[in-house]
Amino acid sequence: MIASEQGDGPSYLQESTVRSWLGTLDHKRIGILYLFTITFFFAIGASAAAMMRIQLAYPAAGLVTSDAYNRLFTLHGVIMVWFFLIPSIPAVLGNFVLPLAIGARDVAFPRLNLASWYLFVGGGALALYSILVGGVDTGWTFYTPYSSTYSNGHVMAMAGGIFVAGFGSIATGINFIVTVHKLRAPGLTWFRLPLFVWSIYATSIILVLATPVLAITLTLMALERVAGVGIFDPRIGGDPLLFQHLFWFYSHPAVYIMILPGMGVISELVACFSKKAVFGYHAMAFSILSIAGLGFLVWGHHMFVTSQSVYAGVAFSFLSFLVAVPSAIKVFNWVATMHRGAIEFTTPFLYALGFIALFTIGGLTGIFLATLAVDVHLHDTFFVIAHFHYIMVGGGVMAYMGGIHYWWPKISGRMYPEAWGRVAAVTIFVGFNLTFFPQYILGYLGMPRRYWIYPEQFHTLNLVSSAGALVLAIGYILPLIYLPWSFFKGARAGTNPWGATGLEWLAASPPAEHNFRETPVVTRPAYDYPPL
Amino acid sequence: MSKAGALANAPQFGSQEQRIAANQLGMWTLIATEILFFGGLFLSYVTYRVAYPSAFAVGSRHLDYLCGTINTGVLLTSSLCMALGDLSIRKGRTRALAGWISATAALGAAFVCIKGFEYHEMWRDHLVPGFRFDPSVSPQVELFVCLYFIMTGLHAIHMLVGIGLMAWLLKLNAASRFSERAHEPVKMVGLYWHFVDCVWIFLYPLLYLVPKL
Amino acid sequence: MKEPPIATFAGVSWLTAASEHAKHVDDVILGLVGTSVAVILFLGILTSVILVRYRSGSRAKRPPLSLATWKIETAWTLGTLAIFLYFFWRGAVLYLDAARPPPGAEVIDVTGRQWMWDTRYPDGTREFNALHLRLNTPVRLVLSSEDVIHSFFVPALRLKQDLIPGKLTTMWFDPDRTGTFSLYCAQYCGSAHASMIGKVTVLAPHEFDAWQRSAGARTGALALAPEARGRELFAKFGCARCHGGLNAAGPSLAGLYGTRVRLSDGTFALADDEYLHEAILHGRKVAGFAPVMPTYSGIIRDSDAADICTYIEAMKTAATP
Repeated sequence: MIASEQGDGPSYLQESTVRSWLGTLDHKRIGILYLFTITFFFAIGASAAAMMRIQLAYPAAGLVTSDAYNRLFTLHGVIMVWFFLIPSIPAVLGNFVLPLAIGARDVAFPRLNLASWYLFVGGGALALYSILVGGVDTGWTFYTPYSSTYSNGHVMAMAGGIFVAGFGSIATGINFIVTVHKLRAPGLTWFRLPLFVWSIYATSIILVLATPVLAITLTLMALERVAGVGIFDPRIGGDPLLFQHLFWFYSHPAVYIMILPGMGVISELVACFSKKAVFGYHAMAFSILSIAGLGFLVWGHHMFVTSQSVYAGVAFSFLSFLVAVPSAIKVFNWVATMHRGAIEFTTPFLYALGFIALFTIGGLTGIFLATLAVDVHLHDTFFVIAHFHYIMVGGGVMAYMGGIHYWWPKISGRMYPEAWGRVAAVTIFVGFNLTFFPQYILGYLGMPRRYWIYPEQFHTLNLVSSAGALVLAIGYILPLIYLPWSFFKGARAGTNPWGATGLEWLAASPPAEHNFRETPVVTRPAYDYPPL
Repeated sequence: MSKAGALANAPQFGSQEQRIAANQLGMWTLIATEILFFGGLFLSYVTYRVAYPSAFAVGSRHLDYLCGTINTGVLLTSSLCMALGDLSIRKGRTRALAGWISATAALGAAFVCIKGFEYHEMWRDHLVPGFRFDPSVSPQVELFVCLYFIMTGLHAIHMLVGIGLMAWLLKLNAASRFSERAHEPVKMVGLYWHFVDCVWIFLYPLLYLVPKL
Repeated sequence: MKEPPIATFAGVSWLTAASEHAKHVDDVILGLVGTSVAVILFLGILTSVILVRYRSGSRAKRPPLSLATWKIETAWTLGTLAIFLYFFWRGAVLYLDAARPPPGAEVIDVTGRQWMWDTRYPDGTREFNALHLRLNTPVRLVLSSEDVIHSFFVPALRLKQDLIPGKLTTMWFDPDRTGTFSLYCAQYCGSAHASMIGKVTVLAPHEFDAWQRSAGARTGALALAPEARGRELFAKFGCARCHGGLNAAGPSLAGLYGTRVRLSDGTFALADDEYLHEAILHGRKVAGFAPVMPTYSGIIRDSDAADICTYIEAMKTAATP
């Protein structure tokens, strides 16, 4: 590879006017714009979660009313799913790293890329408006006929916000697909791509094919609300289950939008800090693609108790077991990658270990839910809440935090304080388990979701969970302090502080406006670490 | 136009060919998105058609069969004009391009007008669900009419966007931006227009021809 | 709302299993927990050993692997798949069993509305947010909703079924343990979702009879049995004019329930609650008859339709009405 050294030109951070940021076409700056916006939304969503956990610390705590609680969990779900998790790794790290990692000067359509961010912000503004004027009480799933007929919340503004932000997601997906297809550096063949690029590519396909179904579903629900009659309306023979089918046709693949990029990040981290190529690279790439593909065929497992045909239930259960196989393989491959490596216990690696542990627990409990008769008992209980938080927070957010720390030297040109990084990583891991593990047991004991008060027998475990949330909150606040500090005061990072492979580590830290002075030429496979 | 000039505002591309290939892939990906967007509606249609076949036949009789058929002809002709426009600019004939694009846009506008007339008829006949609907009509027929309005309405919005794109092409053409070798936007807009046309080719039999099939 | 705990650990009361099905579900859950713990222990220990042994700077030897990667990948793919298929099979068998009510199960109608459970027994007894059951007697619930989606969830039975407006859904169980068990609404249904809870009481036969007498005396004068209500509604809506017997405009309904109906498109449908509900509200095209039945959607409520279904079911053996 041709190494392009420091002195490519002024860093992308050089220009500092507001105008230069809000009108930027640079993929790195757009990534930073997303970083700030989703951190803002994370804070809102997390505050809602904190209030819910305080309310649930006692069987009838009385912090909020039932209507307020219903608005809190809807807010938490909508904000965390659409305005934090879905854009987290793809839009922040994807935007920043993807073009660098394939040796490109930018994404294929920089203007569209900026437009995506504005759509995202516009959608977010609508969602915030709906919260400020009184909130929405339908839950993030917007099930009809509750959402279309019975709810008195500001459903239209919230659904409109998601609709608009959805088009931002679609535009990002189109951009990344074209970028990976057409802008790879010379010699960077498909099977030389880092797994992070594979995962962003697979995620983009899901974004492009699933998001439009959500858009049309929310449109149909909104039209039914406006007209007072619509195609899900049981009074005219409409079927509320059709809404659920359409909704989950998007929302199950959306789970993979949240976790696949995380798997990509973890592959990078494990390889870099074991100084060893990812074990079974081809199996990993194909498992990413097969998860993305099979992910479109399992939506019915959200509907085992809705009276959909029992034979459909059996088929969806079977497919759900199938989609779990590639996920399991990935875990084995990460462990095998560490085997006979030279492991460095840096902060990003601690996050990777945390991810593997939590994702394994989340995945195994997913098997419980794929098992038909067991799901009938556990469906719509706290078990489901615990399961998807292990996947989306234990998996997705841990990977996002790991990725932020890993690429922080590239993003900022500075090193974060390693000791604080480790403290935060361990705190988050402990706090997370304390918060969510008790919820598995609560779910088995029968505590239903979305209850603002609950019978006495569920108290002990809820109290433990609320205490854990406090620890978790501390863990999340720490990086919000030391990362901005290190941006100004941290030690300067060289071009490649981790000794990692990957084209992004050939660019300066922070990179120049168009990344590389000369387009790198690739002659070797990914993760080409020297033999140990 | 020199290579540097063509790519001056697109440093991410190494060559004009790469740029064209990227734009086309982008357009096809957008069309894939659109197919799934309409796909949700087609799925809903199939679900209810299977459940209430007779109500759908009754509902279809409420539609203006003649207008629908004329509109199909109008739209297919507009696609032909679009294709001829693409053909003429490949030979560098910019004036012919202007003519064909104008014809496409005019036919598109005619389609939307006829559609508007049909909506007017539905309003007159008390067949607008939720706003002005004859209560003696059976509920499943109302369901069909809901689907009719949503499917054709969404299609009409796509038509309006398409007509806007035609205006954009005419503006570019007037600014002499197209030539034998540089006519990429014509092809891109053409892809979009043909896609919208294809959607109608499915909508027409599904909505208007139910009792006749 | 305390369930009789069978074990208490650290302030957490464990969950009762009040039917054979619940015990089978617990067996599968136990298998899943065991497998999960084994996997987590195995991976945890393996990873810990690797982390210590191959930490950066350790002197452990790191020769390249001698076994081909594809062999390892294939082995653990097939191994995982085999374990998964086992649990898939266990879960599916139990699920299908839970969907097949035994013949002769007693039918109880349960209607959900914001925010209460409305239970109606065959003898006309009606109660709210409560369900009384006779020990070791299979029952089938016919569930309907009058507004939004609710979900009938009894943890002690390990069963849950959504109530969908515009549809009848069913569930069945055979309680084999006396006691009072919690009933929850598991599908979010609005402001008082968390208060849409009730009690399922399983009584020994003699206790049940006593309860039935007293409860029946309380409400019997006011309410009609679903079957009797169904008969009244059948007359009120003039169903018998077309479904009155031979040479009528519609098929006879006597003995219809549970049989296979030939439809005019050549397919067959099973005349169960869901089919009848659909036929009452929206009409079905039955072979040999003109599709002249008007729609009753919006005219007949779901709970009324449920009663008419019960009446039609009772006509299984009866003569033409």
